[in-house]
Amino acid sequence: MNDWPALDRFLRTDPRDAGCDQAMEMLHVYVELVEAGNPAEQRYPGIAAHLRACGPCGEDFEGLLAAVRGDAD
Amino acid sequence: MPGAGPRLRPVAPWPRAIGQVPAAADALMAITGKLGQFRGESRFTTWACKFAIFEVSAKIGRHFWRHPAVPLDAEDWDRLPDRFGADPAQEAEWRDLAAALRRAVDEVLIPRQRQVFVAIVLNGVPLDALVVELGSSRNAIYKVLFDARRKLRSVLVADGYLRDDCPGNS
Repeated sequence: MNDWPALDRFLRTDPRDAGCDQAMEMLHVYVELVEAGNPAEQRYPGIAAHLRACGPCGEDFEGLLAAVRGDAD
Repeated sequence: MPGAGPRLRPVAPWPRAIGQVPAAADALMAITGKLGQFRGESRFTTWACKFAIFEVSAKIGRHFWRHPAVPLDAEDWDRLPDRFGADPAQEAEWRDLAAALRRAVDEVLIPRQRQVFVAIVLNGVPLDALVVELGSSRNAIYKVLFDARRKLRSVLVADGYLRDDCPGNS
């Protein structure tokens, strides 16, 4: 049982998952909380759950965070 | 813009992807069209950069179909182990699980869920590219896949292939 951890992780769903629309709507706010070291995940657990599970939104989050930190070249 | 006054600061460098995709004009159009929606919840540059990134993501999704690696309706289940990094040395273990997953896909998913699962999981079509092909939205496709994942895991747990170690989270 559980011999395929990547498949297991992929199939797991989080009932708190806010979905793409809500995550994209608040992404700029969420990113600035993260950048400032504030507990973004506690304030927006549904968005945090979504960003962990959704590849495209997760990439947008990482890109925006890199941009506001100024560490993208 | 609200009078609360967002804190302006020099625009941070764009992510590498933005610099490599000729989407600057489209991104600027997207931002310009949304200026009236800015509510000062963040720095203006963060808010504007968000839409530039969305524009690039959508453009990359459209670009995929210029040279698609596989047709949308292809269905190669032999790719499944590679997709999930299965260890060839453990072929006997994952072969049963793969067969069970395929049965579940055939038996419990509705046609739309099956179509999205096959495109994204088996064929490796990026979600944003599938959005373009199906004339849908990222949120709608994600929700279809979310429901499919939940159904499939539930079946695999019920049949003893996966461990239900998070009751309530299927």
